[in-house]
Amino acid sequence: MAHSTTPGAAARTDPSSATDTAEPSDGGSGSAKAARPAAVSKASKKALKKASEGGTLRTRLKRDRTLILMTLPAVLLVLVFNYIPILGNVVAFQEYDPYISDNGFVAIFESPWVGFEQFTRILDDSAFWNAVQNTFVLFSLQLLLFFPIPILLALLINSVIRPRVRAVSQAILYLPHFFSWVLVITVFQQIFGGAGIIAQTLRQHGYEGFDLMTDPGIFKFLVTSEGVWKDAGWGIIVFLAALASVSPDLYEAAAMDGAGRWRRMWHVTLPALRPVIALLLVLRVGDALTVGFEQILLQRDAVGPGASDVLDTFVWWNGVRNQDFSYAAAAGLIKGVVSLGLVLAANKVAHLMGEQGVYKK
Amino acid sequence: MSTVTEQRPKAPGRWAAPPRPVWEEEPGKAGLAGKGIALAGACLGVLFPLWIVIVTSLSSKKVISDAGGLVVIPKGISFIAYQELLSGGQVTCATLVSLGVTLVGTLFSMTVSVLAAYGLSRIGSVGHRWFLMTLLATMFFGAGLIPTYLLVQSLGLTDTYLALILPSAISVFNILVLRGFFMGISQELVDSARIDGAGDWRILWQIVMPLSRAVIAVITLFYAVGYWSAWFNASIYLSDQDMMPLQNVMIQLVQKQEPPVGMGQAIKTGQVSALAVQMAVMVLALLPVAVLSPFVQRHFKKGMLTGAVKG
Repeated sequence: MAHSTTPGAAARTDPSSATDTAEPSDGGSGSAKAARPAAVSKASKKALKKASEGGTLRTRLKRDRTLILMTLPAVLLVLVFNYIPILGNVVAFQEYDPYISDNGFVAIFESPWVGFEQFTRILDDSAFWNAVQNTFVLFSLQLLLFFPIPILLALLINSVIRPRVRAVSQAILYLPHFFSWVLVITVFQQIFGGAGIIAQTLRQHGYEGFDLMTDPGIFKFLVTSEGVWKDAGWGIIVFLAALASVSPDLYEAAAMDGAGRWRRMWHVTLPALRPVIALLLVLRVGDALTVGFEQILLQRDAVGPGASDVLDTFVWWNGVRNQDFSYAAAAGLIKGVVSLGLVLAANKVAHLMGEQGVYKK
Repeated sequence: MSTVTEQRPKAPGRWAAPPRPVWEEEPGKAGLAGKGIALAGACLGVLFPLWIVIVTSLSSKKVISDAGGLVVIPKGISFIAYQELLSGGQVTCATLVSLGVTLVGTLFSMTVSVLAAYGLSRIGSVGHRWFLMTLLATMFFGAGLIPTYLLVQSLGLTDTYLALILPSAISVFNILVLRGFFMGISQELVDSARIDGAGDWRILWQIVMPLSRAVIAVITLFYAVGYWSAWFNASIYLSDQDMMPLQNVMIQLVQKQEPPVGMGQAIKTGQVSALAVQMAVMVLALLPVAVLSPFVQRHFKKGMLTGAVKG
């Protein structure tokens, strides 16, 4: 390959030499360290950048053209389907009429502007505030009932020392994570629904049947328990990894000092989990406004919007169903802006805790 | 003391417990039983519903009516519901649609993701930082449902299968996981290949990919499950009933209790139980993921942790 023989390419693909010049004291371990660019220290990163920027932009472009070509499809997809629609949010400030033009996106340029009218409409809409309330109630329920369960399950599995039992039970517990929401809800319907197996058995024995699936009063518990069934098993992975990284020496030392089983759990196991728990908690709070869109949408008809509507389904109902695009886009924009603030704040907190968060600092 | 710390060597039997370090207490009978019950309960909670669904789908009409609905204890096996489903008609069609979208979509997503992950794993190349930022930023904000909907419409993707693939083709998270793994591959290996005259395509295909089989298997499963489980895009972008994938047909069939098109006859004449047909559709929907995921399972931890939380 022609471009691999240019000096710039040699410098780029051989960071170990760049590292060695930057940190001569590093000696032998330098090359091993540089083999993982993620772990390269700041100084060597600078040297790496300097070395890679050797040559004019044109020679560098020529050198890296394959890499750029490889990255381009993903970047294009993201530009078209993630960035262009962001501009489409301007319909929130319009009285958007899709039929004004043949093409829906061109219609944006021809629709009349109305300023903040859609937003004032939303703030007066009791259905919107109902959705806000449902969103927060569901989020709190998930935090209280869903969040601790994977931790408990991970502690339980971690205490099993037979490898086969561990492997089999993990395999079973992971499984529902890969089922679609349609399937999960249908399974729940077959168990707890009006024609489900529990109601049926009750009726056969002369009791009154029931239908949990259409009961607005318990809908939020139902949604939470569906989430637990689907994803609690999957959630144990991170906790098990954290537990596996605890040195057995710590347990032994604690035992030597006279700590019993529960003492060791309290003073060794739980502290090992603490950073993971804190990080996941922070990230979950950052994502608070997103509570099971697909899942709730599928059950919206059964219990009615009063009990089930959350912000996402509110947007769907007004936009896709009622074709009130500007109104729905305005609601979506409110949610998006608040969410962005929450996510950024959560990441900030995660960084302050010394963790990575979603992105690296 | 060193003999004490050398704990948990290889287990002699497959099910036998490895020897316990001397400082650890023997668990009491009550504790062991409690643990066993809790674990068995959790596992049964997952398996019991699936058991009912599978058994009911395999039961004949008589067994189902004797049980008064769902069957818990199987009495004889009958494949009549599956025959009915797969003998043409809406469900057969929907299964093929789902399989097609899953195969094509996964192939497309994996190609784009692996290429991008490799392109981004060479730190210091031109535009590396910009490209990475462009992708990363989308993890913080979405454009929102309505503008995306309008875009897909005005691109003319509605009522085409592209609407099920393109808008959600790549997951930035998955790309980051792959990238993290690629960056962990020994740089000396890549360098020596380059000295031997290999270009980036060849390095990716013959060195990086074979070394990353585990993580590639995991990400492929994630994408495939995503396509197989998707129903929302189909519900808003497709209007033609014949184009609907399996999940959407399942919503119709099981949740709204409408008999599938093209096979109402067999249910009406009473040869097949409608319930068995519904359960058979569910088995069709869960089968591929239930069969595939255990094979990839041992790589989950690695795959999940490379790009995710580093606790």
